[in-house]
Amino acid sequence: MASTVGVIFSSINEENLPELTKLRSIGSIPYGGRYRLVDFALSNMVNSGITTVGMITKNNYQSLMDHLGSGKDWDLARKEGGLILLPPYSDETEFLYKNRLEALKGTVSFLRKAKEDFVVIADSDAVYKLDYSKVIEYHVKNNADITMVYHEHEVKKSHYYITFETNKEGRITELDINPLADGIKKNYINVMVARTSFLLRLIQNAFQHGYTSFGKDILSPGIKTYKMYGYKLEGYYENIDSLSSYFKSNYDLLNKDIRNEIFGDRDVYTKVNDSAPAKFAPTAKVKNSLVADGCLIEGTVENCILFRGVKIGKGSVVKNCILMSENIIGENCNLAYVVSDKDSVIRDNRVLAGCELQPYFINKGSLI
Amino acid sequence: MLRKKECVAMLLAGGQGSRLYALTSNIAKPAVSFGAKYRIIDFPLSNCINSGIDTVGVLTQYQPLVLNEYVGNGQPWDLDRTFGGVHILSPYEAKNDTSWYKGTANAIYQNIRFMKMYDPEYVLILSGDHIYKMDYDKMLAAHKEANADCTIACMEVPIKEASRFGILNTRPDGTIYEFEEKPAHPKSNLASMGIYIFTASKLYKYLELDEANPDSEKDFGKNVLPAMLNAGEKMYSYRFEGYWKDVGTISSLWEANMDLLGLVPNFELRDQDRVMHSRSPLAPPAFVAGEVINSIVATGGEVEGKVINSVIGTDCVIEKGAEVTDCVLMGNITVKAGAKLNYAIIDEDVTIGENAVVGAPREEALKVQGKTGGIAVLGRGVSVNRNGKIAAGEIVDKSV
Repeated sequence: MASTVGVIFSSINEENLPELTKLRSIGSIPYGGRYRLVDFALSNMVNSGITTVGMITKNNYQSLMDHLGSGKDWDLARKEGGLILLPPYSDETEFLYKNRLEALKGTVSFLRKAKEDFVVIADSDAVYKLDYSKVIEYHVKNNADITMVYHEHEVKKSHYYITFETNKEGRITELDINPLADGIKKNYINVMVARTSFLLRLIQNAFQHGYTSFGKDILSPGIKTYKMYGYKLEGYYENIDSLSSYFKSNYDLLNKDIRNEIFGDRDVYTKVNDSAPAKFAPTAKVKNSLVADGCLIEGTVENCILFRGVKIGKGSVVKNCILMSENIIGENCNLAYVVSDKDSVIRDNRVLAGCELQPYFINKGSLI
Repeated sequence: MLRKKECVAMLLAGGQGSRLYALTSNIAKPAVSFGAKYRIIDFPLSNCINSGIDTVGVLTQYQPLVLNEYVGNGQPWDLDRTFGGVHILSPYEAKNDTSWYKGTANAIYQNIRFMKMYDPEYVLILSGDHIYKMDYDKMLAAHKEANADCTIACMEVPIKEASRFGILNTRPDGTIYEFEEKPAHPKSNLASMGIYIFTASKLYKYLELDEANPDSEKDFGKNVLPAMLNAGEKMYSYRFEGYWKDVGTISSLWEANMDLLGLVPNFELRDQDRVMHSRSPLAPPAFVAGEVINSIVATGGEVEGKVINSVIGTDCVIEKGAEVTDCVLMGNITVKAGAKLNYAIIDEDVTIGENAVVGAPREEALKVQGKTGGIAVLGRGVSVNRNGKIAAGEIVDKSV
C-alpha cells in the first residue's frame, strides 16, 4: 500500500461522556471486557499496514499512556516510526487545544518529519473495523484532496456531528453541520484521508486566516474548492457519545455476529495482562455474558460484560451490567443495568438498578 | 564495571516426554498447554523473573518449533534484555565435534561457554516439566549461607511413591550423605525436585570430569551428583514447602490441571504477588451462555454447552447440547452439538463432531486404567467424526 502515517485523537468529544472521562481520555475508556476504545482505531491502523502513528493527547492521559506503553502490544515499538505520543504544548502550540483544529496544529512538526505520502486521521471514540488502506486506494483512484469516511445510520442529535451528500461518483456535494433533518444520513465518522503535504497546507492556511473550526471553516467551504469524496464504512459502527451508547455498544458484543465481525479475526490488539483464567464456582450460573480473565463467579450473571478480575459473590444476582476491572460484588446483592467503573466494591445485600437508557453509574473506586 | 550476573538459570527443555504419548508427538514437553492459558515452561520462566533471575538458557532438542516460537524474545516474562534475558540453546555443530545433547549433564556441559559469558557465581539448573511456584532467591540465599557447592531442592513425598523419585538421605543439618536415583527401597521420603544450585566453578569442574568419563550416562542424578558426593563436596538439601507437581504422565497432568479448580484450590494462580506470566492470546473475553460449573475458562471461548469440573483453554467452542465433564481442553478446540466428553485430555486444534462420545464417566474409566489411568487422550490436530466414539483410556494421534 501507499506509505501512510496515522494520527489519532485520543482526547476529543469528551464532554459527551463526563462520567467515564473524569479521570481518563476518551481513548482509554475500558470496553468489551478487556479493551480500551483507542484499541480499535489503533488496531485498524496496524492492520492497514501503518507503522507510524502519532497519538494526540490533551489532559488526563496517564491511563492512556499506561495502556499504550511503548506500543509493543500493537507491534508499534519500533526503531523507525512506531507509536509517538504527541502531548499538548508542543513546539507549534503554546496552549492546551480547545478544538480539533488547534489539536491538529500540534501535529505539524510530527507530520513534517513524516516521510509518508498519506495521512489517516481518526478519532478514538468508536468501535468499528476498517482497512484504511482501502480508503487510500479509493482516495488515489479519485485523485481526491480529502476523503471522508461515513457510516449510514440514523442521525444522533446529542452532539456535534457532520452529515453529507455525495453524487454518483462519491464526490461530496453537500455538507451539513448539526443538520436538523431526521432519518438515515451519511454520517461523517471523523476518519479522514489526505496527502500529508495537503493536510499541512490546510493547517497552515487555517492559522494564517485565523480559522477556529475544522468543520465549519475548512470542510464545509472545502466542498467547493477541493475534491472531497466520501468513503462508505460497511458493517458495524458505534460511536460512543453517551452512557447509553456506551452501554449499547458493549451489549452489542453479546450478539454472536457482531462479536465475530469485530473479534473473529483476533486482530484487535490491546495491552496484555497476565491474569489467571476466569473461575466458575460450583454455585455459578452464567448466561449470555462475556467473562474476562481473572474473574471469580459464585453468583448468578446474565447479559453482562465482566472485565478482568471481577468477583461476584455467592447469592448475588447481576443482570444487564457492565462491571469494569476489579469490581468486587459482595454476597446476596442484586444489580441491574449498572455500569460500574474500575475498582469499586459493592457490599453484601446491596440492591442497585438503572435502566437501559439511563444505566446506574458507579464512579471508579467507589465503596457502596 | 565488568558486566556479570550473579546467577544464571539453565532450563532443561529437551526431553521428549514419551509418557505423555500423543501430547508430545510433535512438541516438546515444556510446550504442552496447562491450566487453560499457560504452557508448562511458563512456570520455571515466571519463577525465574519473580526470583530476580533475568538470564535463562533454555536447552531444547526434541521438537523445538512450538517451544522456540512460544519463548520468542522472552518479552512475556520480561526476559527481553540487552544483557541477559532468555536464550534458546539448541545442539550445534562444532569444528571437531557435532553432537546432540547426550544427557542432562552433557547438555549443560555443551553450553559452558554460554554460562561463562555472564561470569556467574552460581548456576541454577531447572527442569521444564514441573508445575510449581518457587522463590529461587530464597534457595540461593540458603546456598550462600551454607557456603555449599551444590544445593538440591527437595520435598517430602508419600513414602510409597518415593521410589519414583531421586531420594536424598540427609543429616539433621541438611547436608546430604547419600543420593539414590529411584531406589526400590527408599530410606527416606525426601524427593529431589530436579532443581539444583551449583557454585559455578564446581559445576564446570564436575561437568568436565563427567564428560571425560566414558562410563558416565551424562546425567545429573545418576552421575554428576553422586560424583560430587563421593569427592566430598558440600551438598545441601533445601526443603520446599508448597505445591509442586511433576507433570510427566497423563494422569499427573490431568491431576495438576484439576488442582486449579475450586474456591480453595490445591494450587492457586490468582494471587497477585507471584504472577505466572504467559504469552497471552489476543482473544476477547470468554462468552458464556451455557452452564459452567466448578471450572476455569480462558479467553476467546464460546461456551453454550455444559461444562463441569473442567479446564477450558483459549478459543474453545462448546456448542449447545455438548457436555464436557472432568476434562482438560487445551486450546482452539471445537466440541460440536450433542458431543459428550468425559475424563479426557484434548490437545490443541481438535474438532469433535456432533454426538461423538469421548471417554467414559470417571468412575467407569478408572476401572479401565491402562497407560493413561483411564483418561482418553486426543493429540494435536485430531478430528473426531460425527457420532465417533473414543473409549476411556484410548490414545488417539490420528483423526478418526
